[in-house]
Amino acid sequence: MEYILIIIAAIFVNNVVLAQFLGICPFIGVSNKIETSMGMAGAVTFVIVLATIVTFLLQHYVLNPLGIAYMQTIVFILVIAALVQMVEIILKKLSPVLYQALGIFLPLITTNCAVLGVAILVIKKNYNLLEGVVFGAATAIGFGLALIIMAGIREQLALSNVPKGMRGVPIVLLTAGILALAFMGFAGIVK
Amino acid sequence: MNKFYNLTKGILKENPIFVIVLGMCPTLATTSSAMNGLGMGLATTFVLLGSNVVISLLARLIPDKVRIPAYIVIIATFVTIVDLVMQAYTQTLYEKLGIFIPLIVVNCIVLGRAEAFANKNNVFQSALDGIGMGLGFTFALALLGTVREVLGSGSIFDHKFISGDGIIVFILAPGAFIALAYLIALFNRIKK
Repeated sequence: MEYILIIIAAIFVNNVVLAQFLGICPFIGVSNKIETSMGMAGAVTFVIVLATIVTFLLQHYVLNPLGIAYMQTIVFILVIAALVQMVEIILKKLSPVLYQALGIFLPLITTNCAVLGVAILVIKKNYNLLEGVVFGAATAIGFGLALIIMAGIREQLALSNVPKGMRGVPIVLLTAGILALAFMGFAGIVK
Repeated sequence: MNKFYNLTKGILKENPIFVIVLGMCPTLATTSSAMNGLGMGLATTFVLLGSNVVISLLARLIPDKVRIPAYIVIIATFVTIVDLVMQAYTQTLYEKLGIFIPLIVVNCIVLGRAEAFANKNNVFQSALDGIGMGLGFTFALALLGTVREVLGSGSIFDHKFISGDGIIVFILAPGAFIALAYLIALFNRIKK
């Protein structure tokens, strides 16, 4: 039951993009087309889950026992950067098809603050490993959901007549604002 | 070119938020009040200044292939310093900004300036660039924070000027997107 609560809270109530403001850059950058958003969502899910597991183990079995928890930021970001690189190399060898699909998105993920954000949040919220993985995966699904909805809207927006000053980033932000209003409707479902 | 151009360009002409549009996450997340925006901006300015100076000093020593991880470690070091200092001296602000202090590491502006400016220019110009970009970022955050605070809670820097609540949606998540959208649109308009 508590896992279901974590999942619903992470996808809808505290949506990572629309309520917590993590991963805005890729949200604005690659939400032009539904197809590319799906690729990005897949790559992010993969990296977040993997990064959550690795950083969780590092925090509890290396940083804490050695009493150097203050090194968290430095260690986590390095691990994530290395992990993204590694995933890229392994995917290239094992599954060229998947690599083709995710390839171009992988390097971008290092600077996606949702990845580091989730890793830190899992430690802050005192989740155990399984809860952390569920939370990470659900957060990534929430990211994908927001990204794909946004891409759908933007494909329509491209056809409509937007006032000159609002073209580009402003109209995307405004749309995201209205989307966030809609997501606020989920508030209160889960405490 | 004016010697101090690198200091002033970040504030309006190449403002990181309104013109380059980088580092949106902290911009949206920490501007529920003018004070929070200002605090976040100054913390980022410190990191920018520190990382720009150190990177421009070390740029020739760092092999080209590993430069990005090296930059990230340097940036993360300054972020850790800010994190610990703020935890010690500005407890309430630290708790309000929360996870977004460690997340300065992945703020695209910091790495962006390292890659685009600090590794090609001397220490003095890099320091000016860091301060300029940082102040531009701070200006944008404080402005957005002020707009949201005035509309959302009817106060400026915690000084209330109306009784009762403002338009609460502006201090919530949707208001952040909407307020920033109109600010950028306004900036586009002024620039022309």
